[in-house]
Amino acid sequence: MQNADREINKEKISVAEMAKQILEQGRADRLMGWKRGEFFYDNSPAVFENLSELDDFVYDLFCGSNLSKFLVKESRKDGKIAVLLKPCDRYSFNQLVKEHRIIKDNVLPVEIDCDGMLDIDKIRALGIKGIKKITVDGDQLQIDTVYGPKTCAREDVLLMKCLTCKDRVGGDRFELVKEIEAMSSVERYEFWRSELSKCIRCNACRNVCPACTCEKCVFDNDKSGIANKANTDSFEESLYHMIRAFHVAGRCTDCGECTRVCPQNIPLHLINRKIIKDLNEFYGEYQAGEDDFSKGPLTRFDLDDVEPDIVMERGGNK
Amino acid sequence: MSIENKEFKPLIVAFCCNWCSYAGADLAGTSRLAYPAEIKIIRVPCSCRVNPMFVLRAFQRGADGVIIAGCHPGDCHYTTGNYYARRRMTLLFSMLDFFGIEKERTRVDWVSAAEGVKFSTVMNDFSKKIHELGENRRLGDLRCKMPIEK
Amino acid sequence: MQRIGVFVCWCGTNIAATVDIDTVVEAMKYEPGVVHASDYQYMCSEAGQSKIKQAIKEHNLTGIVVCACSPRMHETTFRKAAKAAGLNQYMVEIANIREHCAWIHKDRKEATEKAVVLARTAVAKLNLNTPLTPGESSVVKRALVIGGGIAGIQSALDIAEAGYEVDIVEKQPTIGGKMAQLDKTFPTLDCAACILTPKMVDAASHENINLYTYSEVDSVGGFVGNFNVKIRKKARSVKADICSGCGICTEKCPSRKAENEFNLGLNKRGAIYIPFAQAIPNVPVIDRDQCIKFKTGKCGLCAKVCPADAIDFSQQDEIVEKQYGAVVLATGFNPIKLDNFDEFGYSQSKDVITSLELERIMNAAGPTGGKLLRPSDNGHPHTMVFVQCVGSRDTTGCGKTYCSKICCMYTAKHAMLIREKYPDVDVHVFYIDVRTPGKNFDEFYRRAAEDYGVNYIKGMVGKVAPTNGKLLVQGSDLIADRQLVIEADMVVLATAIEPDQTAKSLATMLTASIDTNNFFTEAHPKLRPVESPTAGVFLSGVCQGPKDIPETVAQASAAAVKVIGLLSKDKLMCNPCVANSNELLCNGCSNCQHVCPYGAIDYVEKEFRAGGKTSLRRVAQVNEAICQGCGACTVVCPSGAMDLKGFTNQQIMAEVDAICR
Repeated sequence: MQNADREINKEKISVAEMAKQILEQGRADRLMGWKRGEFFYDNSPAVFENLSELDDFVYDLFCGSNLSKFLVKESRKDGKIAVLLKPCDRYSFNQLVKEHRIIKDNVLPVEIDCDGMLDIDKIRALGIKGIKKITVDGDQLQIDTVYGPKTCAREDVLLMKCLTCKDRVGGDRFELVKEIEAMSSVERYEFWRSELSKCIRCNACRNVCPACTCEKCVFDNDKSGIANKANTDSFEESLYHMIRAFHVAGRCTDCGECTRVCPQNIPLHLINRKIIKDLNEFYGEYQAGEDDFSKGPLTRFDLDDVEPDIVMERGGNK
Repeated sequence: MSIENKEFKPLIVAFCCNWCSYAGADLAGTSRLAYPAEIKIIRVPCSCRVNPMFVLRAFQRGADGVIIAGCHPGDCHYTTGNYYARRRMTLLFSMLDFFGIEKERTRVDWVSAAEGVKFSTVMNDFSKKIHELGENRRLGDLRCKMPIEK
Repeated sequence: MQRIGVFVCWCGTNIAATVDIDTVVEAMKYEPGVVHASDYQYMCSEAGQSKIKQAIKEHNLTGIVVCACSPRMHETTFRKAAKAAGLNQYMVEIANIREHCAWIHKDRKEATEKAVVLARTAVAKLNLNTPLTPGESSVVKRALVIGGGIAGIQSALDIAEAGYEVDIVEKQPTIGGKMAQLDKTFPTLDCAACILTPKMVDAASHENINLYTYSEVDSVGGFVGNFNVKIRKKARSVKADICSGCGICTEKCPSRKAENEFNLGLNKRGAIYIPFAQAIPNVPVIDRDQCIKFKTGKCGLCAKVCPADAIDFSQQDEIVEKQYGAVVLATGFNPIKLDNFDEFGYSQSKDVITSLELERIMNAAGPTGGKLLRPSDNGHPHTMVFVQCVGSRDTTGCGKTYCSKICCMYTAKHAMLIREKYPDVDVHVFYIDVRTPGKNFDEFYRRAAEDYGVNYIKGMVGKVAPTNGKLLVQGSDLIADRQLVIEADMVVLATAIEPDQTAKSLATMLTASIDTNNFFTEAHPKLRPVESPTAGVFLSGVCQGPKDIPETVAQASAAAVKVIGLLSKDKLMCNPCVANSNELLCNGCSNCQHVCPYGAIDYVEKEFRAGGKTSLRRVAQVNEAICQGCGACTVVCPSGAMDLKGFTNQQIMAEVDAICR
C-alpha cells in the first residue's frame, strides 16, 4: 500500500518534529494529529493550523484513535491538510479514498510508526491506581503512581485492536470468532443476547466507525424504514448491531475502533470480524483498504460462488 | 406431538423475483400444486432487490422463516442480480447463525418460471422445517424480553 | 392519507369457491386508508372494470387494490382501467388471491385468512405508493436481424417492406441458412432452392436491407429503441465491392483439402470458395486456415487470375458500430453432434448419414449431382433404413428431451422421394411415434406408408453394425413383438436439432433469456410467443423452438410486425419503476455503480447549500432510460439514498409488516 504521494518518515525524526516541519515548510495548511487532554491518557484528535497550536501536540502511547474519518469533513475545507496515519489507520484512509469520501487531492497522508497503544482501563483493572506517568521499558511498563512505582507487562494492557495488529506477525485475529463459532447455537445466542443487552444505544460505535460516514445515517432517517426511536421494542433497537454490521460488510477494515469506544465493553468488532472471516473463506482473502481502487466482495461476484446452503452445511452445531 | 405443537401456526415470508420465482408460484397455482397457507409471497423485481434488512425485519416482526426465491444463477432477467443476492444472503445467513439464530429459518432457492412443481416442493419442504423448529423466539428477542429458552 | 378502494374478484368460482369473498371485503373496510371495498364476479370484464372506474370517481379514490389473479395476468388491464378513470396507473396494486391462494388451498377458512393477509399487504404497500410518470426515450428507426436464414430473411423483408431500414448479420459467407441446403420441402415437394433463392435475391436487392455476411455481433449495449451494436465484419480477403463473382479464382485454387461445409463434408472445396452457386453475395471468401498463401506465403494464384484485382490478402476484420431500435434473433439451429450415439455407427461407416447429409445427396446441385449413391463406394443402395428420434425425446441424458418436430415429416419425404425415383430400393423406417399434425401432413405421411410402400416399423434401433460392406441394423418391432435384423446399404439418422451455439453468447449480450436447451425464451409461451422478455428483442424461427418452414416463416413475419409496431413509434414509454438516488443522502461512494448491470448510474459533482455554506459533493444520478429496475443498487447503498420506485424500501417493509402483523 505504498503511494508515491505519501510522506514517509525517512530520517526517523520524532513525530512531533515531523509535524512541525510540515507546517513550517508549508507542505500543508493544516495538520491532523492528537492533542494532549486534561490527563495524560486522554489524548484526542485535533487539527493544528499553526506552529503555536502545535504546543499541545502529542504522539505517545495513548494515541489509539483513528484520524481517517475526520478527513471526510476536513478534506472538503479549503487548503491542504496533512494527516498522521498509524499503520492500522491507513486501511481506513484508503477505504475512504476509494469511496470518494475523502478528497484525496486535499490531503497529505503522513505515515508514522506505532508499537501498539495502551488501554488505560486495562491498566486500572490490574489494580494500578493514581497513575502519574508511564514509561516503556522493553516488554515492561514502568508506572509512576502516587502509591509508588508499579510495573506491568506491556502486552497485557494493549488496546484490543493492537493485540491483533495487521502489521504484527503471528497471532490469529479470528481466534475469538472461532471460539464463538465452536459454541452450540443456543450458547451463541446466549452469548450475544447477554452482550447486546448491555447496549445503551449511545451510538459511540457508529460515531467512531470510519465506515460509517453516511451523509445521513439510516438510523437517523425516519424515512429509511429502519429508524423508529419512539418504540423501545423496535426493529432499530433490537437489531441495531446486526444492521450496522451488514451496512459495513465488505467495507470494514477491522480497525477495532467500535470495541475501543464502547462504554459497555461489548466486543462489537467480533461481529465485523466474523463477516470478514466469512468473506475471506467464501470469496477469497480480501482486506478492505488494502488499496484505494479494488471492488469490495459484495459489489462483485463469481459465477461459481458458493450457494447460501453452505451455511447449513458448515458446522453441525445445533 | 404435544398440543402446543399442533397449535403452532408458523408465519413464513417468501420474497419472489418477478420474472422466475413469482411466475413459478403462479405456475404452481395454475397446476393446483398445494403448499401451506402460512407462506405469504412478496413480489420483488429481482432477488437482488431483497435487502437483508427486509429479512431481519420479518424475523423481528415475528416471522418464523424467510425464504428468498430467484431465477437460477445464469438466468437472471437482469443478468447478474441473483449473483449479488447469493453473496448477500450467504453472508446474512452466516451472520444470523453466528448470533445463534437457527440457520434453518432462512433459505435461498432458485426456481424458474417453468418450475411450478419445484416451487411447491421447496415451499412444502421449508414449511416442514419451520414446523419442526417451532416459533421464532431468538431473533425476535435478542435484547432480553423473555427468559432464555432451553 | 390515501383514499383506497379495494375490489375483490370472484373469478367466477375460481376464487369464490375457496375464499369467502364477503369476509375479505368486510376485513378490508377497516384497513388504514380504505374508504371503499366491493366485489364482483369478474373484475377483469368490461362490467367489472366499469365498476372500478365508477368507484374511483364516486369515492374520489387515490389508489386501488384489486384482489384477483396474478399481476402477471391482469395488472396491465387494471392499470388501464385506473388510468381511464383519471388515476395514475401506478396507484394500482394487485393482491394475488387466485394463483397464490384460492387455487392451492382447499381449506376455506385457511384460504380466506390468507386472502385477507394478502389483501391487507397490498393495501399497506399502496398506502406508500406515489404516482409515477414513465419517462420517454427515442426510437432509432432501424432494425437488426441476427441470422440470415429463411427466418431472418423473411423478418427483414417484411420490416423493409414497411419502410424501415434493416441490417442482416450472417456469420456464414452467404445468406440462406439451412433451407438453402435442403432438396425438396414437405408436404408439397417443391424444391427449396426454387422458393428460397428468389427471397434471397429480394433481400439483397431491397433498398432498405443491408447485408453483413461473414459477420458476427461483437457486442450489444443500450436498450429498446436504442441498441448500440458492434458488428465484426470478418476479413473475406476479397474486395466485395469490385469482385464480379466470376468464380475463376475458386476454379484455379490449388488447395483442395478443405471439407465443403455446405455439403456437410461430403466433398471438398478450395481454400477460396463460394459456398454454393446461388450464394448471396456472390463473392468468394478465403479460408485462411486452408489457403497456401496464408500458410506458406507462396501461391497467390487467385490474385493472379482475378480479372478484377479483387483479392486482398491484407484485409483486416472491420468493426461497424450502429444503432438499432429493435433486434430480431433468427439464429436457427444445427443437428446435434452424434458422439453420444455410437450405437448407430455414424463414426464407423460412411454409409450411416444424417438426414441433412441425405438432403445434399438427393440435391441436384449436391456432391452426387442428385444421384442416390452410397458414400462409401458410390454404389447404388438397395436397402435403406431410416432411424427416427436420434437424440430427440431422449431421457437418458445423451440427447435432447424435446421432440425436434420436423423429423417425422422429412423422413416421410425422403422415403417417398427415394421410392418414387428408385422403386427398387426397400425403405424401412424405425419410429417411436409418427407425429404429423399440420396442414396436409398426415395425408402426406399416409401416402408414403400406403401408396409408396415405405415399411414403417414401430420400435427403436439398438445397434447398427458395419459388417462386410453392409450395415446390420438390429431393431425391435414393438407391434409384432419381435427382434429384427435388417441388412442395409445405407442408414439415415433423423438427428435431433439444437439451437445454434451463438444463441448463448447473444443471450448474454442482449440479456435475453434462454431455456435449459438454449432455445430463446418467449415473453409469454402463449400470448407473446415472438417477443423475448427483454424489451425490443424479438424471436424468429427455430432459435425459439423446433419449427418447420411454414411455421418459421409465420413466426418471422409475426416478429417483423412486432418490430414494425415498435419502430413506428416516435417515443417509447420507459418503465417508471426505476432506481432513484436521493442526492441529499448520497455519499458518492460508487457502490451502486459497481453493481449496476446496465451502466445506468453516473456520478456528478453537485453544489449543495446547507447552513449558509455551499459545498461540492459527488452524487449518483440514474439514467432512467437505461435503468431496468432490478434494484441491485438499492441494497449496496449504505445510506439508503438509492431506492427503487414502485418497490421502495418503505413499501417492502410495509408489506413485511402487514404479513407479520
